Amino acid sequence: MNLVTVLPIVIPLVTAIVSLFAWRSLRVQRWISLAGAAGLLGSAVALLVAVRAGGIQATQIGDWPAPYGITFVADHLTATMVLLAGIIGMAVVPYSCASVDREQEEAAYHPLLHVLLMGVCGAFLTGDLFNLYVWFEVMLISSFVLMGLGGRRPQLEGALKYVALNLIASFIFLVSVGLLYAAVGTLNMADLATRVPDLDRGIATSLAMSFLVAFGVKAAVFPLFFWLPASYHTQPAAVAAIFAGLLTKVGVYAMFRVFTLVFVLRDVGATQTLLLVLSMLTMVTGVLGAVAQNELRRLLSFHIISQIGYMVVALALFTPLSIAAGVFFVAHNTLAKSTLFLVSGVVERRRGTYDLDRLGGTYRESPWLALLFALPALALAGIPPLSGFVAKLEIVQAGLEADAYIAVATALAVSLLTLFSMSKIWNAVFWQPPPASEPPPRRPPAGERWLMECPTAVMAAFTVVVGLAAGPLFGWTQAAADELLGPFGPSGYVERVLGEQR
Amino acid sequence: MKSLILQTATRYLFPLLVLYSVFLLVRGHHEPGGGFIGGLMAAAPIALCALAYDVDVARNLLPLRPIRLLALGLATAAGVSIGALFMGRPLLTGSWVELPMPGGGVLDLGTPLLFDLGIYLVVLGVVTQIIFSLATKSPLHWERDES
Repeated sequence: MNLVTVLPIVIPLVTAIVSLFAWRSLRVQRWISLAGAAGLLGSAVALLVAVRAGGIQATQIGDWPAPYGITFVADHLTATMVLLAGIIGMAVVPYSCASVDREQEEAAYHPLLHVLLMGVCGAFLTGDLFNLYVWFEVMLISSFVLMGLGGRRPQLEGALKYVALNLIASFIFLVSVGLLYAAVGTLNMADLATRVPDLDRGIATSLAMSFLVAFGVKAAVFPLFFWLPASYHTQPAAVAAIFAGLLTKVGVYAMFRVFTLVFVLRDVGATQTLLLVLSMLTMVTGVLGAVAQNELRRLLSFHIISQIGYMVVALALFTPLSIAAGVFFVAHNTLAKSTLFLVSGVVERRRGTYDLDRLGGTYRESPWLALLFALPALALAGIPPLSGFVAKLEIVQAGLEADAYIAVATALAVSLLTLFSMSKIWNAVFWQPPPASEPPPRRPPAGERWLMECPTAVMAAFTVVVGLAAGPLFGWTQAAADELLGPFGPSGYVERVLGEQR
Repeated sequence: MKSLILQTATRYLFPLLVLYSVFLLVRGHHEPGGGFIGGLMAAAPIALCALAYDVDVARNLLPLRPIRLLALGLATAAGVSIGALFMGRPLLTGSWVELPMPGGGVLDLGTPLLFDLGIYLVVLGVVTQIIFSLATKSPLHWERDES
């Protein structure tokens, strides 16, 4: 029995239920929601401390022994991801109190937000492939409702595209899980790790490919990303921040987990090469798509795709260094990307639009806000000493060591284009004078400013802190990579899970 | 379109369907059945009333508003799961007691039944909420006004 591995699920669940009971009072719901987010962050820190101190943590749900029951496992990768979810939850809850329309917020916004966080944490923690599917569905359903809240026409249009394409991915995922179970007879990931190597290579490769498609849609990898820019720009900024920061990363996490533990990437035929090519195409199409956009949130949405490419390239290189760099990149990107969406929401509250042609002059009006944008934007482009610089440097280094020169060249070129497109936002939103036809900006009341700008500022500060403390933090992601790909392979994970039964 | 045949049939079917839903719930303890299917079955008579009479009649049949049923059910199921943690066992671990029955048999009762009862309430709440929303065309306001 291991409390820290279940608390990140129990706390959001309890929060969601309690705030459902407080149905009539939005005030009470907000406080419960805030307390729940703080609790989640606290439990994430506790989980990380436990993993740092005692190695991989596992608990058998319902006391059913390992290959038969569902195991919850937390290694360094899981603990890092849960911590990111906790940080984003903590930032988004106060932010949404000020920014989400009251009507939307009253329609079960807070319970749904916590169910979404529970789904995300569950997906990170579970050690069972079918259970992973269940958590994906929890996330999908709650995110679908969050997207549709308010029921405006563009919102529903975006939400429908989102849910239709993600349902197809879920279907492929479920079919792959079924086929895998038919082939191997187990779905516990640790048990799979011991049995899949004996599987026929052809079957293993085709199963790996179908998982690649399923997770590829979730992670928005080329050519499966079309749902993302079609839906992310229709939501309130708070929801977009949590989606941008966390949801695609769950797909990336699933790839990291499945392709290191279940199907070891270098063993399953052409999957590694395919993944490498796809990741490069993802980087390039994402950033080119972004250059063509003229709406702030759409532009940022295309950048999500481009950045996913970096994470997948790190996985595809498949060396301990590249995996460590990939985990670092996921952490950096989650923080930076959410911050950018939070800033876009603050800008929108002032000027009432996301359209680049109608924005301008924000720098003169609020240099502070410009700084909050500049930090994550430069981090995204990879300017030292911010977090993105270290992340990209390590990926490039791993690429050079693996002789993947084309991938390295692509990553560097895409970085330049990212910088270009960030400077485009900078010019349009902050630097150039606003068009004369626009009404003067709204001055938000002090309470709203505190609620929206403080979480944004803390998140922006993270990009600096992660960049400056890169040494120790990189050591920690290297520990994650060692557990996934270290000298002994995933044997530590397997032993911890299957050993629990005795 | 009020149909006398449907209304009369509903009067007879209603208790049968409710009873059958409880049977399915309890049967799920050891055999196929359980909270999910039982909850669906419990929503059927409510839906039948909404069709045969009208939505308000159906709404008054429920002891609580659907959203409350949902919250109560979730709280029951989650409470049972989390209760195991306080007993020093992993999440969702079941506890069982064996009750000797008059006549020599033994009835083993366990917390999974309570968990299933929670699921039953959740499903009943969700399905009736969906039915009422569709019937009254106000999906997003969740009858806040009428409370």
